[in-house]
Amino acid sequence: MFEQIVPAILVSIVAFFSVYIITPFLIRALEKRNLRVKDYHRKGGAMIPRPGGPSILIGIIASELTLYAFFPTTAIITILITTSLAFVVGMIDDRKALGGWFKPLALAASAISIIFLGAYDTNLTFPLFGSFKIPALYLVLIIFIIPITGNTINSIDVLNGVVSGFMTIASFSLSASLFIIQNYEIAIASLPLGFVSLAFYKYHKFPSKIFPGDSGALTLGVMYGVIAILGHVEIVAAIALLPAVINSFLFLSSVKRIVEHRQIKNPTTVTSDFKLMATSDKDAPITLLRLILATGPMTEKQIVFVIFKLTLFSASLAIITAFMMGIKI
Amino acid sequence: MKNYTIFSFIFVMWILIIIGGGLLVALTSMISIQGYVTVGPLELYYASIAKALIAIILVIIWIYVLTKIKNWMFHKKIKN
Repeated sequence: MFEQIVPAILVSIVAFFSVYIITPFLIRALEKRNLRVKDYHRKGGAMIPRPGGPSILIGIIASELTLYAFFPTTAIITILITTSLAFVVGMIDDRKALGGWFKPLALAASAISIIFLGAYDTNLTFPLFGSFKIPALYLVLIIFIIPITGNTINSIDVLNGVVSGFMTIASFSLSASLFIIQNYEIAIASLPLGFVSLAFYKYHKFPSKIFPGDSGALTLGVMYGVIAILGHVEIVAAIALLPAVINSFLFLSSVKRIVEHRQIKNPTTVTSDFKLMATSDKDAPITLLRLILATGPMTEKQIVFVIFKLTLFSASLAIITAFMMGIKI
Repeated sequence: MKNYTIFSFIFVMWILIIIGGGLLVALTSMISIQGYVTVGPLELYYASIAKALIAIILVIIWIYVLTKIKNWMFHKKIKN
């Protein structure tokens, strides 16, 4: 354990500071090339640089390569390859808005690298009741987990700072869970995800200086999914993501098909004093944001605070679940 | 700012995951392929497919129950 403390601290520092230092340069480069999108919720409709995915990916690659220097494992290679492929999918979508099915299918293809590298175990472990071996189903499950985590995280990228703040909380709870179940190797490999998200949050929080874009959100979501698979903590990981899962669940049960978010009606409107309120349009989808706003109009900051409280709650449940993994009925 | 129903829904989902996992492990642990002299990879895959079918059925039931609970808990909010 002691010999793992130094690499853990080092990868955390590399992950945090690489994003913290690179992002301002990326903001300037995107502004120069006029790669900006309108923030519709902001007074005056400010133009915000996008995508921030490149700085997120650099942070992940730099920190995981640092860890690889200490522990050259297949798990780290798997994280690097799958996450980089997800970034490419996101960049394509950032440049050219593609159909609703493109992202799930392309992310499913990127998940094949996990199977090829053999960095998985076919046991699915549940708290209290133990695990069960599913050789045939688990391969299918891998193909599903990666697009689900990627798209689930991408779907909550709706307000300033939400996706980066959400990922900071969820991934630190996942790291804590991995330490609890004593899977130290993957726990350390998961630390960059939390620190990269935290550093990016500094620029993404309200009022945003940069948006992560699909390349940023998919990179974070897919890395989360890969860590869940490699660390055998699929159930714990799903619990930590529950607010985002609810958002996708509500969306899919109201829209009843897989569709690109740009193709649907906005579930919220902006009041004259720049508060957000739920739309009265019956055709607009039901989302987590719309449910939060059912109590009345709120400022963007207030909504983000509610989402973070929900995330902290689900993160606590995830950590309790990790403790329950050690108990067998 | 009353969002207790969303917190409650997260808690209900968590309970359903724990119970669903328990049911899955309990039901699938009963499955074993018999009638072969030795249990080879093919027999293990037959058992795995049977387990997969049970898992899929349980997930469908899980989503159905969750949809019912969602409609019941958020009925007023969604109507607004």
